Amino acid sequence: METSVTLANLEEHVDKRSPLVLGKETFASVTNTVAHPMEMKTPKAWWICFLIALSGLGVLGASIGYLFWEGVGVWGLNNRVGWAWDITNFVFWVGIGHAGTLISAILFLFRQKWRTSINRAAEAMTIFAVICALVFPGIHVGRVWVAYWLFPIPNQMAMWPNFRSPLLWDVFAVSTYFTVSTLFWFVGLIPDLATFRDRSKGVRKFVYGLFALGWRGSHRHWLNYERAYLILAALSTPLVLSVHTIVSFDFATSQLPGWHATIFPPYFVAGAIFSGFAMVINLMIICRWVFKLEHLVTMRHFENMAKIILLTGSIVGYAYAMEFFIAWYSGNPYERYIFVSRATGPYAWAYWTMITCNVIIPQLFWVRKVRTNLWALFIISVFVNIGMWFERFVIIVTSLHRTFLPSSWAYFQPTIIDISTFIGSFGLFFTLFLLFVRFLPIVAIAEVKTVMPEADPHGHDHGHKHATGGAH
Amino acid sequence: MSQKQNLYGVLAEFPSAPSIYHACEKVRDKGFKHWDAHTPFPVHGLEKAMGLKASIVPWIVLVMGLSGAAGGMTLQWWISTQAYPLAISAKPFFSWQAFVPVTFELGVLLGSFGAVFGMLFINRLPMWYHALFRSARFEKVTDDKFFISIEARDPKFDATATSKMLTELGATHVELVEQ
Repeated sequence: METSVTLANLEEHVDKRSPLVLGKETFASVTNTVAHPMEMKTPKAWWICFLIALSGLGVLGASIGYLFWEGVGVWGLNNRVGWAWDITNFVFWVGIGHAGTLISAILFLFRQKWRTSINRAAEAMTIFAVICALVFPGIHVGRVWVAYWLFPIPNQMAMWPNFRSPLLWDVFAVSTYFTVSTLFWFVGLIPDLATFRDRSKGVRKFVYGLFALGWRGSHRHWLNYERAYLILAALSTPLVLSVHTIVSFDFATSQLPGWHATIFPPYFVAGAIFSGFAMVINLMIICRWVFKLEHLVTMRHFENMAKIILLTGSIVGYAYAMEFFIAWYSGNPYERYIFVSRATGPYAWAYWTMITCNVIIPQLFWVRKVRTNLWALFIISVFVNIGMWFERFVIIVTSLHRTFLPSSWAYFQPTIIDISTFIGSFGLFFTLFLLFVRFLPIVAIAEVKTVMPEADPHGHDHGHKHATGGAH
Repeated sequence: MSQKQNLYGVLAEFPSAPSIYHACEKVRDKGFKHWDAHTPFPVHGLEKAMGLKASIVPWIVLVMGLSGAAGGMTLQWWISTQAYPLAISAKPFFSWQAFVPVTFELGVLLGSFGAVFGMLFINRLPMWYHALFRSARFEKVTDDKFFISIEARDPKFDATATSKMLTELGATHVELVEQ
C-alpha cells in the first residue's frame, strides 16, 4: 500500500517545512483528484458497500419501528438498569463526532495546516455521527410522540421544561452542536460546490449550482468568508468542549457512586477526541486507498493523528487511575465498593476489555514503525473504538446495576433489539458517509490549494519579473 | 467611447497568484472603485493589494451572540420564575448557575447564525445569476485561473483603454462581458 513518495514528508528539517502536499501537484491536478470520485462511473465496490449500509439502515428502521409499537420493554432494561445501550450508544456517537470538530476548528485556530486534507471528511463524519447520536435519546424516552416536550415550546398544558436538569442542557448542547457543525461544514463546502458546478453538466450542474449559491470566487466575498470561517472555528472550539462536558454532567450531577465525580468533563472530552480520531483514521485509510488520495492524505497526517490518539489515550488511562485513587482517598464506602466491583464484579469482563483497548493497545503508538503502518493504524483504531464503547457501557451500567439497596441489584443483558438498533446505527452512519464520498468533495479543494507553494503571492515561480512589486 | 449600454465590464485572466497580486495593486492605484478579483482560493493578503476594508462580520457575530445569550438567560428566568415555577430541593427559582449551559449554547447558536447568514447577506449571496457566468473561461475560476473584473459603471472605465491596461498588467486573456 505504501510507496516511497508518501514517506517523504515524515522527516522534519530545521531550515524548511515539510511539504503538506506531495509529488508534482498543481492547482488543476488537485481539482481533478478530488473531483474524480464524483465524475467516475460508480464503482461496483461502492454499490456493494452502499447496499450493505442501506440494509443496516433498514435494520435500524425495523428495530425502531418495533420499539415504537411495543414500547421500551423490548430492550433489556430492568428495574435497576434504566439506561444501558441506548445512552451508551448516544455517548459513543457524540464522542466520535468530536474529532471532526477538533480537526476543523481547534487545529484551524492553532494554524495546524496539515489538517486541510482531512478536515472535510472529518466534519462530515461529525455530522453523521451526531445524527446517529440524536436517534438514541429521541427513541429512549418511551412516549416518542411527545418527545417535543424536550423543547421549550408553548403548549396547551402551559407546561415548561425544568432548566435545572442536565438532561435539558444536553438537548440544547447537542442540537446546537449539530446545527453549528452543519453550518460550518456547509460554509466550507460552498467554494468546492462551485468547483463541482463548473465541472459538471445538466441536472448535476443545477443541483451543485443551487447549493453553491452563485459563488464566483470574488475576493470581496473571500474576505468576509474567511472572517466568518475563522469566527465559526472560534465558536465551535468552546462549543465542542461544552458538548461533551454537558454530556458528562448527565452523570456527574447525579449522586450515584461512580458517576458523581468532578473529573468527568475533561475525562469525557479526552475520551471523545480519542475515539473520534480513531474513527477518522479508519475512514481516511479506506477513502485514501479507494480514491487514490495518497498525495493529499499523507503518512504525516496519519502519524499526527496517531500521536493525538496516544496523548488522549494516556489522558483517559490517567483518568481511570485517578477515579480509583479518589474512590480510595475519599473514604466513601459506596464509592470504594463500586470501583472494586467494576474491576472484579459481574462486569469485570467489560472493564478489562476497556482497559486493554483504551490504555494498553494504543501505547504501541510510541513506536514510529507502528504509527506509519496503515494496517497497524487501522487495527489499533478499531480497538480504540471498541474500548471507548465499553467505557461508556462500564460507566453507565456498572454504576446502575449495584446501588445503595442490595435487594434491587440486577444484571443487565441486552436483547436482540438492543443489538440490532446499535448495528443499525452503523448502517445509518455508513449510508450517509457513502453518499458523501460519492457526491461531495471529500477534500477541501480551495483550502488545500492555499497550502501549496504556488499559492504564495510572493513566491518564486512567477516572481522574477515582479520581484520589486511585492512589498506591502 | 466604445461603451455599450448592456456591457457589464471587462474580464481579464491571469495565470498565477503572484501575477494577480501585482495586477490588483496597479488597478487599486489607478483609482478604480467597481472592480473585483476572482480566485480559486483566498490568495493571502490580496485584500491589501486591492485596498479593501476589514470585514464587518465580527460585529454582526458579536451582536447576535450577545442577543442569543441574553435571550437564553431571559427565557430561562421567565420560565422558571413566571410561567412555570418548579420547587425542586428548595433551590431558588432563579438559580442562575444552572442556567449557564443553556445561555452559553444559545449565545453560540445565534453567533454562528450571525457569522453564516451575516456573511451571505454582506456578500449578496445567494445570487445564482451573474453576468460573469456568461464567460466560458470564467468556469476556470474555481479550478486554477485568476481573474480581475472591472465593471462598466466605474467612472474610470473605458472598454478599450481598460482592456489594454489589463493586458499590460500581464493578463493572458481579456474579454468584454455583457450584462
